[in-house]
Amino acid sequence: MAKVRKGSSLRRFIVDHFGLIPFLVFALFPAYFMILTAFKHNSELYDLEAIPFWLREGVTLDHFRFLFFKTQFLRWLLNSVMVAVVATGASFVISVMAAYSLARLRFRGVNFLGIAIFVIYLVPPTLLFLPLGRVVYNLGLADNVVSLMITYPTFLIPFSTWLLMGYFRTVPREIEECAMVDGCGRMGALIRVVLPVTLPGLICAVLFAFTLSWNEFIYALTFISQTTQKTATVGVAAELVRGDVFHWGEIMAGASTGSLPIVLIYVFFLDYYVAGLAAGSVKG
Amino acid sequence: MAPGDSSPVQSEALAATLRVRYTRRLADYLQQEHILGYLLLLPAFLWLAALVAYPFGMALSYCLTDIVVGRQQAAKFIGLDNFISLLKNEIFIQTVKNSFTFTLSAVTLKAVFGLLLALLLNKDLTFKRLIRGCVLLPWVMPVALSALGWKWMYDSLYSVITWTLNRFVTLVGMPPLEINWLGQANLAMASVIVVNTWIGLPFFAITLLAGLQAIPGELYEAAEMDGATPWRKFFHVTLPMLRPVLAVVILFSTIFTFADFNTVYVLTQGGPMNYTHLFATLANMLAFQTLDLGRGAAVSLFMFPLLMVLVFFVLRLARREL
Repeated sequence: MAKVRKGSSLRRFIVDHFGLIPFLVFALFPAYFMILTAFKHNSELYDLEAIPFWLREGVTLDHFRFLFFKTQFLRWLLNSVMVAVVATGASFVISVMAAYSLARLRFRGVNFLGIAIFVIYLVPPTLLFLPLGRVVYNLGLADNVVSLMITYPTFLIPFSTWLLMGYFRTVPREIEECAMVDGCGRMGALIRVVLPVTLPGLICAVLFAFTLSWNEFIYALTFISQTTQKTATVGVAAELVRGDVFHWGEIMAGASTGSLPIVLIYVFFLDYYVAGLAAGSVKG
Repeated sequence: MAPGDSSPVQSEALAATLRVRYTRRLADYLQQEHILGYLLLLPAFLWLAALVAYPFGMALSYCLTDIVVGRQQAAKFIGLDNFISLLKNEIFIQTVKNSFTFTLSAVTLKAVFGLLLALLLNKDLTFKRLIRGCVLLPWVMPVALSALGWKWMYDSLYSVITWTLNRFVTLVGMPPLEINWLGQANLAMASVIVVNTWIGLPFFAITLLAGLQAIPGELYEAAEMDGATPWRKFFHVTLPMLRPVLAVVILFSTIFTFADFNTVYVLTQGGPMNYTHLFATLANMLAFQTLDLGRGAAVSLFMFPLLMVLVFFVLRLARREL
């Protein structure tokens, strides 16, 4: 946005950035405090006189040691990875096909089906978790990570399809028709021409699907009760909080390590997340 | 041609030609748009029919029966009794009130501060990428885990928030406060709303920022030529131009705030005294603590009419894009 310069550039720098400070503190403090707690000695953690904002007695790895060697945490991480990879992969292939069909092909009912996908995308998982849990149980998949691999696509497919439809529509039909004249079939044109052109959209869909899978909570909480089958989010939130005793150091170690993979992916692909969100098509 | 008329070599060649021809014809057939269109949709359709439409039907049938986990066979049809008994139930009525308080407050906070943040971000910032990255962080972190961080910050004894407040309170010479953030009815609701706002704010800010950047600069130049003050520019250019985006974002957020489960489950489990229960957490409690599947399903389905109204408005607004 073009603006008229007022005053010195230093003054403008301060004015423009000052207002953001409260927002940045609000956004970052919980994460900072989580990590800080994870490295803090218990003696300092439960000392009402100690200043809570830094480490007075230095760093300890006790909480992490407990987490990795005395709990099933590594198993939970592995479960999260497996579930997220399988659910994202399956949803990706199915959604590419569906989105191409809905965005590009002309057949009876295509508009209605497009709207139906959008409506299902707007159905929150909390509406159907009880009967879906019964379906999972009847399939003999209760207490098994496989149940999450097959149920996560119920929200990933509508979401990815909707996102990809938008990207596929931006590809000019002529490019595709040229490829078909040159001897590609429709599927050939999709794979050799449309997909490479929409690569940023595909990356976006994969990133969001992986994030949504990793962060999912209610299905993982209600479909699985066996400790070894839990995912990282549920394991940390449900298994480390036992009875009335909260071992905050360990819980925060689990919460920060459990968030770490997704935060790393996020830092690496930041621009895709911003672009995907700005497309206005993501749950919030 | 009968097979016996030709030598084995010839008939093999013939079969190969036929196979090629039929494969090609099949390929051509499948390439017709109306065939290929349905074929490509089939996996998505089957998946969603089996795991969305079918469970939805089950939910409808559950909520009309007295089904209990463990003895499904004995369930019998009881009509709308589940809904009627819920409407007479104090906890359910409290949950309805909570849900509206929660949704209205959290969405309002997110919209107001999200817009403010978007306006602040829409400047020539140094470290623009870094700042956006930081702002978006709460939205990326797993809700259940970041809510645990907040639960620790709200601790009844070791709360960092209380500690900080007390530095100021004792400075004025008053006795230190003891605040049980998650243990008192109204305070617990406020605390939960703050966490939900923390999670949802980035979605508003980044989406509205995109909306702001789509406003043509000429409009502001024209307004400036007419001598408009910054306030007038905001109310007569920014806000009207942003309205479509704002409406979609608010509706989206209303749907997912109303149906929230994670924040409340982790922070309070619906307590104290059911003062923070939402539809989803109450449904979960009925189904897994009292094993009352029919009533649990009924609680979930109470969300449905309101969600449908919201979805209807989203569809109307998004019509142009569809």
